[in-house]
Amino acid sequence: MPGSAPIQGSAAAMNMIAALLEQRTGQQIAANRAWRIETALKPLIRERGLATLDELVAALVVSRTPELSEMVVDALLNQETSFFRDAAVLESIGDAAWEMQAEMPGRRLRLWSAGCSTGQEPLSLAMMFTERESKGQSPPEIIATDVSGAALARARAGRYSQFEIQRGLSVLRMISWFEGSGGEWVANPELVRKVQYRQHNLAGDGPPPGRFDIVLCRNVLLYFSAALRRKVLDTLAAAVRPGGLLVLGAGETVIGLSDHFVPSERFRGLYQAVDPGTPAHSTRLALR
Amino acid sequence: MKTCLVVDDSKVIRKVARHILETLDFQVREAGDGREALDSCLATPPDVILLDWNMPVMSGMDFLRALKDSGLPQRPKVVFCTTENGMAYIRAAIEAGADEYVMKPFDRETLESKLQIVGVA
Ligand SMILES: C[S@@+](CC[C@H](N)C(=O)[O-])C[C@H]1O[C@@H](n2cnc3c(N)ncnc32)[C@H](O)[C@@H]1O
Repeated sequence: MPGSAPIQGSAAAMNMIAALLEQRTGQQIAANRAWRIETALKPLIRERGLATLDELVAALVVSRTPELSEMVVDALLNQETSFFRDAAVLESIGDAAWEMQAEMPGRRLRLWSAGCSTGQEPLSLAMMFTERESKGQSPPEIIATDVSGAALARARAGRYSQFEIQRGLSVLRMISWFEGSGGEWVANPELVRKVQYRQHNLAGDGPPPGRFDIVLCRNVLLYFSAALRRKVLDTLAAAVRPGGLLVLGAGETVIGLSDHFVPSERFRGLYQAVDPGTPAHSTRLALR
Repeated sequence: MKTCLVVDDSKVIRKVARHILETLDFQVREAGDGREALDSCLATPPDVILLDWNMPVMSGMDFLRALKDSGLPQRPKVVFCTTENGMAYIRAAIEAGADEYVMKPFDRETLESKLQIVGVA
């Protein structure tokens, strides 16, 4: 039986796993992080009653269902996230939406959280916008997507561990929106219903239908090659309406990668969609 | 440098909390029960208090009430830190004036996140 035996992978097995991940998600594993493959896949290898990474690769080759390869890809994705991550940025999104609503009264705004992981990001948006309703702000439509079926299943269930629920979420929000149940915290179904979850691969799929006013794609691009970042930014540009906003992670930028976006003059850290070659302010005026 | 008073009757918990808080650049003081904590606060108020619930001599709740009545001009932020994770306990803590609530076990991220929420980290 497998147990304490080291889960060593031959170079060929590692290459095949890395190629599978890149083919499915566009993510590349740098050579110096190849050890991550073994660590990340160890639980799956054990669970399947296998002994080594090579045996897992062999199982992948003969497996006729996509299920095992999906489990491998899910295990390799970094799904780190938290509620109200970069809280100040979320507040800016709320303020920007408020201004957009004033410019276009009567139209319901549309937001897309791309790479939403286990749902903390779109749920934070849903909580924030619901809280802002009392000040007269209308809640936008929120579409949230991820390539990982496992992450989406967790997001739809809205169940979080005690560690997850305490990251970024204030105790007041926790008790207003979640119910404790056997060590887990379950989101109020009404809150979960404010978000529409869909599976979507940024590396391969076109943008979801319709244009969005604000698109968040935070802490996703950093795992892609520069070439793929450009391509994904083109997809995001096609999804954002002119004058709409793009939000990236704290360490990410469009600079040098896309001329569809310029830093927003009004909201620090956010990017505004422009027609390449058109100054941002004229796009803004054209909207009215 | 901000100061944090860790109030817990368990030496181990105080040690773990101290370690985490020091990596977050806090100056740490310790108290083993509510009474000690109150004396410490009245002598020099910290910026934030990490407060256990069940302690001998004076419980976290009794401490919180006493702190309220003590007339300190600027009340430190109070983060309850306890194994009690029922809604009734959490509500009672908030009603008694706690600013945040950490359910044990906690890790560095939990603590950092809660300290950010109360505005001291
Ligand atoms: C580090 S998490 C970031 C989650 C959240 N946006 C945040 O900032 O907290 C990155 C997420 O991107 C997803 N992801 C990776 N490659 C993707 C792709 N090609 N298409 C869509 N999502 C992808 C992962 O499954 C993961 O859930």
